[in-house]
Amino acid sequence: MLNQLDKDISISGGPPVSINGKQKVGTVIGFAGLLILALATFNLDFPHKTLWLSLSLGCIALGISLFSYGAYADKSAGIKNDGVYFKSLSSRGFWAWVLGIVLTGFYIVLYFFPEYLGLKQAGENVGLIALFDPLSKALSGNPASQWFVYGTLYTMAIIFFGIKYLLKYRHNPYQRIRTLSVIFFQTGFAFLIPELMARLNSDSFSLPYYDLKNIWPLNYYNFEQYRVDEFISAGTVGVALLIFGVLSIFVVTPILTYKFGKRWYCSWVCGCGGLAETAGDPFRQHSDKSTFAWKVERWVIHSVVVFVVVMTTAVISSYLGYDAEKYWLTKDAFLIGVTILLTLVYAVIFIFKRQELKKDAKIAATVYLAIILSLIAIHYWTGDSSIFLFEAESLRSSYGFLIGSVFSGVIGTGFYPIFGNRVWCRFGCPMAAILGIQQRFFSKFRITSNGGQCISCGNCSTYCEMGIDVKAYAQKGQNIVRSSCVGCGVCSAVCPRGVLKLENGADTGASRYAEKPIVLFQDGK
Amino acid sequence: MKHIAIIGNGISGVTAARHIRKQSDAQITLISAETKHFFSRTALMYVYMGHMRYQDIKPYEDHFWEKNRIDLKQAYVKKLETETKQLIFENGERLSFDVLIIASGSRPQFFNWPGQNLQGVQGLYSWQDLELMQANTQGIKKAVIVGGGLIGVEMAEMLLTRGIAVTFLVREKRFWGNVLPQEEGELVSKHISKHGVDLQFEEELEEILGDEKGRVRAVRTKSGEEITCEFVGLTIGVQPNISFLEGSEIETAKGVLVDEYLRTNCENIYAIGDCAEFREHPTGRKNIEQVWYTGKIMGATVAQTICGKQTPYRPGVWFNSAKFFDLEYQTYGWVWPKPKAEELTFYWEDEKGEKCLRFVYHRENRTFLAINALGIRLRHEVMDEWIRSKQSIDHVINNLAKANFDPEFFPRHEKEIQTAFQKQQKELA
Repeated sequence: MLNQLDKDISISGGPPVSINGKQKVGTVIGFAGLLILALATFNLDFPHKTLWLSLSLGCIALGISLFSYGAYADKSAGIKNDGVYFKSLSSRGFWAWVLGIVLTGFYIVLYFFPEYLGLKQAGENVGLIALFDPLSKALSGNPASQWFVYGTLYTMAIIFFGIKYLLKYRHNPYQRIRTLSVIFFQTGFAFLIPELMARLNSDSFSLPYYDLKNIWPLNYYNFEQYRVDEFISAGTVGVALLIFGVLSIFVVTPILTYKFGKRWYCSWVCGCGGLAETAGDPFRQHSDKSTFAWKVERWVIHSVVVFVVVMTTAVISSYLGYDAEKYWLTKDAFLIGVTILLTLVYAVIFIFKRQELKKDAKIAATVYLAIILSLIAIHYWTGDSSIFLFEAESLRSSYGFLIGSVFSGVIGTGFYPIFGNRVWCRFGCPMAAILGIQQRFFSKFRITSNGGQCISCGNCSTYCEMGIDVKAYAQKGQNIVRSSCVGCGVCSAVCPRGVLKLENGADTGASRYAEKPIVLFQDGK
Repeated sequence: MKHIAIIGNGISGVTAARHIRKQSDAQITLISAETKHFFSRTALMYVYMGHMRYQDIKPYEDHFWEKNRIDLKQAYVKKLETETKQLIFENGERLSFDVLIIASGSRPQFFNWPGQNLQGVQGLYSWQDLELMQANTQGIKKAVIVGGGLIGVEMAEMLLTRGIAVTFLVREKRFWGNVLPQEEGELVSKHISKHGVDLQFEEELEEILGDEKGRVRAVRTKSGEEITCEFVGLTIGVQPNISFLEGSEIETAKGVLVDEYLRTNCENIYAIGDCAEFREHPTGRKNIEQVWYTGKIMGATVAQTICGKQTPYRPGVWFNSAKFFDLEYQTYGWVWPKPKAEELTFYWEDEKGEKCLRFVYHRENRTFLAINALGIRLRHEVMDEWIRSKQSIDHVINNLAKANFDPEFFPRHEKEIQTAFQKQQKELA
């Protein structure tokens, strides 16, 4: 018996995993809605598109809601992780793989073969995209695109799996309010406002599609020439939006992150985070908690930041160079500005937070800064406006392909059921990395460990979607101050001993990080 | 190099090993027959309920032990030879030590009930118990749990997640009646009942009845009622797991007898955690403390002494916590089931009867002594400081917000509690 210890206990047998009557009905209705979408994809031409689209989306909405109601409504309010590791879908079983393959396939088609969804370069859409035309026309006045279809389904997922989450965590006001927040920002800011803004566009006035909460570098294309040109040509409103985009990075973000930690964005506002917290919630336990994974995370995510900084600098400087008279900012001033900013950030961290940096972080930061600055220097002195060692355009397109599409979509969301719901946020998102640096060094936010109450049970670490080994801190009485923490609050919720609390009150000094083994032994001394 | 052997890789033994390693280069061997690696015993229930897997309840990654040069030995110690300073394992192998720490924990306590050895009857303490429970509960519908304490309520929660109906026999008038005052006990009992457990108070086990295959088929209670069931959980408590010490020089009573430095009667042999029994408790608590936290404190304490810094066991202000289904419990200081003569208590319960606080303070000098909390999280650091520095009850009530540890946006009750306290004070005056 002893040699079988490392095996999962679920192998030997069966708790009840079947679903109840309401869940069965919900499943049938929801899949009926999906079936309509599938039929449309295979070019079944529905005669009354508005009717069939409404029916389909209505069925999906009702199906998810009914399923969730069946799952949680008759259970008492509290943590609902029973059987997570026994169910195929939530324990990387057969259904998890099926879902993973379907999602991944969907993303590949969406990003690279939208024509299979019915997108037509010229003429009327067909298939799935055509089915969404009535809704798109009602909102923006334009026919649907693959992105409109995706945006609609994405928003639906956040709303209705959000409802599921609200039922699951109905005992926890933090989770309720946070979920309402992501639903609000997705529905309003990411979906409705940009669509309605498109209504304002005419031959003489045009704004780029702009989700106001989508901040650079997550919104890596925000400062590309075509968008900047559109902003500028749209007059005061456009320039205001452009300025807002810049202020978001340099003013709004640092202030909010200082006060609340990066959670104000990552688990309250962001669309990627919104999907992860709602539709992705059943898969949060799959994040890898090993110290090895943490190491990989630090290298990969910070490399993405370097990539996006180099790419954006190259892209902006290339058009500033082409069209020197058109923009008040000159290429030289821009490059010098970037150099000063990066050097300043580096200097501030090294002067004030040196003792917090591990050796590998110091080396990596120094090497990366040197690389970026020498690229800028080469670019500056060779003076060839189109060259940034690499072609700006090829940098942009490879970033868009590798990071924007493959990483965030295909791997980040497609692999939810296998690698967990925050793979993109943890390993890939440059926005999360920048907010993370602020959170680690310049923020009041931390998760407080409650004295000696930790029993090392592992619930917090298991259900941390960011792969933070929370208990490793809690069992030492140490606060959790990690750059990757998105502040979802689930560690605190699942803790059976009331050990963890997300806080942003005063306490920004050394004690924010210190081990406080209070009352662990020796009468507290 | 000095060789320190530790019997038992639970929280006590592991804490001792870690703290010794922080201060010393000695060779450390951590011995356990149960599992190769340390796991959190308190988390066993979550494995059964499917919240976590075995690997998720290990507090340290597997490479931790090698990195910290703590040798792991998975073997059962059959005998201790104090004169040769050797451990003899079940397979006859021997291991010499210079220093020994006995941290062998507990085992479930049985009271020689008729039928307690039938198939389907068990306690819950070890990983092997969990495996047995997994096997014993396959495809069954009805279980009886005996003993109204913490392991019993965990077992009830576990069984219900698998659709097994539970009858819970509790000797007292309410759940955990030998620890909780009446109101708390009733509040918890109500919560447990709400989850569908058939709680039977003032009811005890008389006999367990088996079928022809030697499997449990029913229990008979003291009142003569026969309850059909396919599983019986015996959770009336645990006792020190020290049978391997029989015939050795080590002095034992219920547990291994130790002084305030956790020393046994034999030089360089110590005992800590659940299996240790103080000859006289250094702070006047019960002589055997079977709690995660005290095991941790004993482990850290004994490590100091072994590393040359003679340190008596001084555990500080008592604290403990538990969770009954969805209801969290924390306590700081000693709240007795019935207040002592010099104590006054102030009890507050929310309107819905789902949360409560009980403050205990000194009748004469109004010193704050202890608190029970159900459904409200309290800040350990603050409570510890208030009790330690003998703050007055009035200070505690007025500054209660500082001690709140509930997540953000949770409903707060400080004002309500303050008003209720003033009212009680007026009535008392």
